[in-house]
Amino acid sequence: MREKTPRFVVTFHTTTAAIAMEQQCAQQNVAGRLIPVPREITAGCGMAWSAPPQAEQAVVAVATALGEGVADFYTLVI
Amino acid sequence: MIYFDNAATTLQKPPCVFDAVVAAMKGMGNPARGTHGTALGAARTVYEARCRIAALFGAPDAQHVVFTANATEALNIAICGAIEPNANIISTDLEHNSVLRPLFRLSKAGASISFVRAKKDGTLRYDDFEQFIFPETKAIVCTHASNLTGNVLDLTRIGKIAHKHGLLFIVDASQTAGVLPIDMQKMGIDILCFTGHKSLMGPQGTGGLCLGKHVSVRPLKVGGTGVKSFSKTQPEELPTRLEAGTLNGHGIAGLSAAVRFITDTGLATIHAHETMLMRRFYEGVRQMPDITVYGDFSAETRAAIVALNLRDYDSGAVADELAQQYGIATRSGAHCAPRMHAALGTEQQGAVRFSFSYFNTTQEVDRALVALKEISL
Repeated sequence: MREKTPRFVVTFHTTTAAIAMEQQCAQQNVAGRLIPVPREITAGCGMAWSAPPQAEQAVVAVATALGEGVADFYTLVI
Repeated sequence: MIYFDNAATTLQKPPCVFDAVVAAMKGMGNPARGTHGTALGAARTVYEARCRIAALFGAPDAQHVVFTANATEALNIAICGAIEPNANIISTDLEHNSVLRPLFRLSKAGASISFVRAKKDGTLRYDDFEQFIFPETKAIVCTHASNLTGNVLDLTRIGKIAHKHGLLFIVDASQTAGVLPIDMQKMGIDILCFTGHKSLMGPQGTGGLCLGKHVSVRPLKVGGTGVKSFSKTQPEELPTRLEAGTLNGHGIAGLSAAVRFITDTGLATIHAHETMLMRRFYEGVRQMPDITVYGDFSAETRAAIVALNLRDYDSGAVADELAQQYGIATRSGAHCAPRMHAALGTEQQGAVRFSFSYFNTTQEVDRALVALKEISL
């Protein structure tokens, strides 16, 4: 397994919101990618946006603009 | 074969639809189940389809576009999930059974249904809507266009009546989505139900509903969603709330390509061509002495449908003669529109329905006119 690193993670209520996040981040050159929701957040399935910690401010700005589909923010070592 | 049964399903699709379906079947994973390449690719395709449909219909955003197997499923979700069973509901004589049967089932649970009656020419008196509004009235459910006559309802006018009285406005756009302009916000539509395989030119097995911003709908089905797996209840958030089970990703990919084709071509261009064919056919048949045409053709905007009968012949026999002797596909019988046939007085005879698409030609129309002349001899 790869070495764990600090990541800034966004969770979503729906897959639609997750893909909207991916699209917006791509358009605005915000770093990160979609990953399975880490078990540190919740067991089960779903998608989360994983970004390097230094991208936190930009990621929060994109996610906040998306509105109600965004569930929460986390800083994790995963 | 000449295909004039486009109100049942469009047979000719833009080539991009076939390409999209084939590509999806070769490389699409499950949209919303995982984050590997093919799953994400599928989720992106479905998301893009939602965006295109939201833009086409003036829906709030992609999250308010819910995919279903067809318009019937969408209407069942809307009618059974957004209206309380003790409500009074207003509908019309123009409706298809996909509206009528969910309403009748709701009436068995306590709802009462008031029908705005159609006149002999198949049109409605709009003033009648307000006569049926009582304190317990909660919703208006109606079609955008009759699948039998092609007559179009003035949704903006009905939407204003609905919202003046605080009623939910649910629209069945099965015959118009993809060919007539629909703007949920301008028309005051709370829930728009559509099918993908008719004038939207997508594959069968696709359809959906678009919800207004503040509309709440109980799910008809619950089950796997790809999110919140340990919750015992269906997630609250749209579109997941109303999309239990794996979506028809292959079909949605085709539908998305079709919507792009329609948007690129332009609704006005598509509608103008279909209207030209319909008018040409109508002008031909209305001069034939043994033919009765149903519906109102005075309105500028109507769906590209001409329903007719030849003398007192069984409509099924005429449609069969057209198919067997001339290779012309039409639809006879009752068209799942029992109240409309009752209003027109055609319950016993049915009618032969000719319905035109963007891919039909004037030559095909002229051959159908010749065929009808010969059959009537």
